[in-house]
Amino acid sequence: MVSRNSLSGPLDPAPDAGYVDPPARKGFFTDTSVCIGCKACEVACKEWNDVPADGLNLLGMSFDNTGSLGADSWRHVAFIEQSRPIGEQSPPFQDLPTGPGMGTESQFLGMPGSTLPGASQDGRTDMRWLMASDVCKHCTHAACLDVCPTGSLFRTEFGTVVVQPDICNGCGYCVSACPYGVIDRRETDGRAWKCTLCYDRLKGDLEPACAKACPTDSIQYGDLDELRERADRRLEQLQGSGVTEARLYGHDENDGVGGDGAFFLLLDEPEVYGLPPDPVVTTRDLPDMWRHAGLAAAVMAASAVLAFIGARR
Amino acid sequence: MAEAHPVGFQWVMEAKARGAKVIHVDPRFTRTSAVADTFVPLRAGSDVAFLGGIINYVLQNERDFREYVVAYTNAATIVSEDFVDASDLDGLFSGFDPETRTYDTSSWQYAGTEGHEGDASSGESHTDRETASGLQHESHGGATPSQTQRDETLQHPRCVYQVLKRHFARYTAETVERVCGVPQETFLEVCEAWASNSGRERTTMLVYSVGWTQHTTGVQYIRTGAILQLLLGNVGRPGGGVMALRGHASIQGSTDIPTLFDLLPGYLPMPHHEQHETLQMWVDDMSHLGQKGFWSDAGAYGISLLKAYWGEAATVENDYCYDYLPRMTGDHGTYQQVLDMIEGKISGYFLLGQNPAVGSANGKAQRLGMANLDWLVVRDLFLIESATFWQDGPEVATGELVPEQCRTEVFFLPAASHVEKEGTFTQTQRLLQWREKAVEPEGDCRSELWFFYHLGRMVKERLADSTQRRDRAVLDLVWDYPTHGVHDEPSAEAVLMEINGYRVADRSPLTSFTELRDDGSTVGGCWIYTGVYADGVNQAARRTPRSEQDAVASEWGWAWPANRRLLYNRASADPEGRPWSERKKYMWWEEGKGEWTGPDVPDFERNKAPSYRAPDDASGVAAINGDDPFIMQSDGKGWLYAPVGLLDGPMPTHYEAAESPFRNSIYGQQGNPTRKVYEDAANPTNPSPPQPYADVFPFIFTTSRLTEHHTAGGMSRYVEYLAELQPAMFVEVSPELAQERALEHLGWAHVVTARAAVEARVLVTDRMVPLRVENRVVHQVWLPYHWGQGGLTTGDSANDLLSINLDPNVLIQESKVGTCDVRPGRRPTGPALLDYVADYRRRAGVAGDQRIPIVTAGQTSTSAEGH
Repeated sequence: MVSRNSLSGPLDPAPDAGYVDPPARKGFFTDTSVCIGCKACEVACKEWNDVPADGLNLLGMSFDNTGSLGADSWRHVAFIEQSRPIGEQSPPFQDLPTGPGMGTESQFLGMPGSTLPGASQDGRTDMRWLMASDVCKHCTHAACLDVCPTGSLFRTEFGTVVVQPDICNGCGYCVSACPYGVIDRRETDGRAWKCTLCYDRLKGDLEPACAKACPTDSIQYGDLDELRERADRRLEQLQGSGVTEARLYGHDENDGVGGDGAFFLLLDEPEVYGLPPDPVVTTRDLPDMWRHAGLAAAVMAASAVLAFIGARR
Repeated sequence: MAEAHPVGFQWVMEAKARGAKVIHVDPRFTRTSAVADTFVPLRAGSDVAFLGGIINYVLQNERDFREYVVAYTNAATIVSEDFVDASDLDGLFSGFDPETRTYDTSSWQYAGTEGHEGDASSGESHTDRETASGLQHESHGGATPSQTQRDETLQHPRCVYQVLKRHFARYTAETVERVCGVPQETFLEVCEAWASNSGRERTTMLVYSVGWTQHTTGVQYIRTGAILQLLLGNVGRPGGGVMALRGHASIQGSTDIPTLFDLLPGYLPMPHHEQHETLQMWVDDMSHLGQKGFWSDAGAYGISLLKAYWGEAATVENDYCYDYLPRMTGDHGTYQQVLDMIEGKISGYFLLGQNPAVGSANGKAQRLGMANLDWLVVRDLFLIESATFWQDGPEVATGELVPEQCRTEVFFLPAASHVEKEGTFTQTQRLLQWREKAVEPEGDCRSELWFFYHLGRMVKERLADSTQRRDRAVLDLVWDYPTHGVHDEPSAEAVLMEINGYRVADRSPLTSFTELRDDGSTVGGCWIYTGVYADGVNQAARRTPRSEQDAVASEWGWAWPANRRLLYNRASADPEGRPWSERKKYMWWEEGKGEWTGPDVPDFERNKAPSYRAPDDASGVAAINGDDPFIMQSDGKGWLYAPVGLLDGPMPTHYEAAESPFRNSIYGQQGNPTRKVYEDAANPTNPSPPQPYADVFPFIFTTSRLTEHHTAGGMSRYVEYLAELQPAMFVEVSPELAQERALEHLGWAHVVTARAAVEARVLVTDRMVPLRVENRVVHQVWLPYHWGQGGLTTGDSANDLLSINLDPNVLIQESKVGTCDVRPGRRPTGPALLDYVADYRRRAGVAGDQRIPIVTAGQTSTSAEGH
């Protein structure tokens, strides 16, 4: 049941946090079907927020050398190469000499392949390259916010979740709480850092830096209600044109985090993108846990009493 | 396009969202391919065969837009009976001189015009190649008489349509499969899609960039695309055309107002010491006496330019100081200059925002050339490799360069970035956009404008007392730009005003290039830009948002010429002046008002009726008929067949790249017979069939860009936010090649050619695929060319692998295809590296006095050399 200060279920987080007459909830809809992997979002975010560079590491995960979201990466573009078609795309590699043994030497040397385990190694005809810009989800029920002992993490009037670096003591509770593995502590100063949905820009009536920079409008910013409607239409359009794997992620206010302030249109299972399939706010079960603990304590007490009574006889 | 023009690519995505189909043809599956509806992998260097196949498909199946082709192209024009096609001469055209490797083009002319004065004499072709005059012809439309013999039924055996059809008859689907590695089914899918999406109701746009231009047949690549688009009626129509994307920001501007040896502003030719000895010879050559078209006013454009340079000193008595203009005496192209530097013939070099140590072909030759100068001035944002090669370049590690002994004195001057200065950018649509200065440059950083203005001022001061005649050219230059600010920055707006042009008498700005005069009464810094400062308003600075205007958006910036957004838009209406269809309505003739109207500026005289037919003795603008949309061509028609202007053939012909693992199987002529070669010890070329030992370099490599980096890396390797996105030089290989050469993902490999061995981390990816070409499997590898020794992310430079082999028309290097070997592990270092590469040369039979057999027509055309 949803009531004030609920830890689960549908909710409008800003009024619930105590704001009187806040603006409409703001968020991101990231339509990964039009992402061209340019990484302008990564750069724009770092430039605006003065996020440090996080190392020159060739990760070899296709063109993804960022790896994951973290204290020094608040936008992360994932690249997934798959031997599968998108929609009704014609297979680009049909009738080409692919597969092991193509060439002058035919020993198979057990090279780490780029196909998924279990996929056929005998030639490939299809190719698709998924690209997606990941970001903090600004959950309706944000575990990081719930567990923060200092009050550094707070809910803004826009419904977003922001860390105040001057209050954060680097305890790291938020890091283990986040079901998406987004927030992290910065090695050089110990504090927790993450996407602020450009809170300062929102206050100035500007859109976040990543949304502004994105050339194809893969990253869309606006009122969350309106974004959800747009996403529904886009999904219908895609599925209607044969892209049946298209799906929305984080849009459902009945999911384990009450729906995300930043939700996505994906072209495959969430796990393919490195996203958890069924994220649950880690504090959702707290009331139940306390009830169980209380019941256990009561049973313990009752048992102790019974033991004493029994012993006296 | 998504890799190199991500912001422009949003419009491709927008078109997709509205139902457009995107087809991507490329040797490699890129971020563009990821969002395309169809991706077609093909062998690098085989695009003329691929497009030729589509042309053949269109002609054989009569899928051409017939009314457009008959009315608007030279399809009906009859060609001289002396012309012999490449199909009959094993890959050569009539008129080939094997001694000079040039063509006498008189047999290529239209019937009835043989012996015509103009560019047809054979002696000139050699000069044309030296001076890249192909570029001049391309923009000038060549010289032929305006009235020609035509057969509008297209049946005459020597009409262009039939000549074209015979020429491309060999380019069957089976040929495309064999030569390009594109399976027939895939190829036919592209043909059908392209042909069906062209015609009255629909248009298809062809988009290309340097993946096409940087070949020894680069100009013919684009010609093939243009021919196909003309046959399908896509040129001059909305949603159609040939969109030439360029290599980087404002490079369009750097050919419009050029820093090229063979061109003056507005594509006027740089005078040649023999052909243009006098002003009149220069003007006559440009204006093509007796031709149709707007080049007839070339005298006004040229003389107004001279007035811009020398102002009051330029008078009719001294031919407007024409003698002050430098003259070409041969090949002054950058690659010839580099080889001249190695031979000690050049004393000094200015490099401004250019990094040839990394960005130009044959990196070693570039660096060794720069090491043999008296002085080198480098202006850039960072200490790029072209400034530091003498202390940390690859030749220092190998011992070829000893820093203490390098005689070049290098001056590095820090440059202001694009946000620290105002001025225009000219981008791919010929659009000029004015940029404001956002911040003052820090420290000693200065703009180019500041640098050249003050350099010129100081040189003039030094020469002030000179009595030498040769110094008059500098002393008489108009140099009175107003300056402002604490650094005496010259006014960019004043320069733009001069480029626009004005009347000398009252300095009133001109509105159109038709107002330029040849009597010294006007100044015009660049005739195609006239109008950018019309009415004294900086038109390039206009920023009316697109929400407040139509899709043509004429009030955002200013496009040359005359703010015309779609060139040749007369062709968007039929010969009677009506739109071809309601759906593709763009410009049309309004009978009542007696003018052409529509959302754009008409690319035609506004009041010339479609029914106008020029009198027989007319020339120049008056000779253009009411149904001649291609107003810059001498016959007013789009050229399916080019009788003049190109050094390597009136029609595109498949030639193998200068370095190829395959024998040309369409003709005996292996490569472009007229290509520019530099047979120099510093520029060895890998062997190609019919030369033996081509299999020492069995793979094909191609180079291009990553979104995260910028050209030769000077603006991205030094920036941490960009460097971390692509933090290492890498080579992309298919899993099949990885297996064959024992390459490990994220391990090391090195790529070897006769010039160099370049090491890179390995990226094994399914996106790279082997192809079946000439009945054997061939592997292609891909390298980004952004890396060098400097910056936060360092690595070997891909361009070190390339040789200098140039297209003969415009002298562009072939950097998009070459042959190579690929081996696992890092390359040797130090002098051992030289031995390693020398060993490859030895095994490939590449000796110091290499003689490449360029003319191979008439030899047996066998397929694939055996292993």
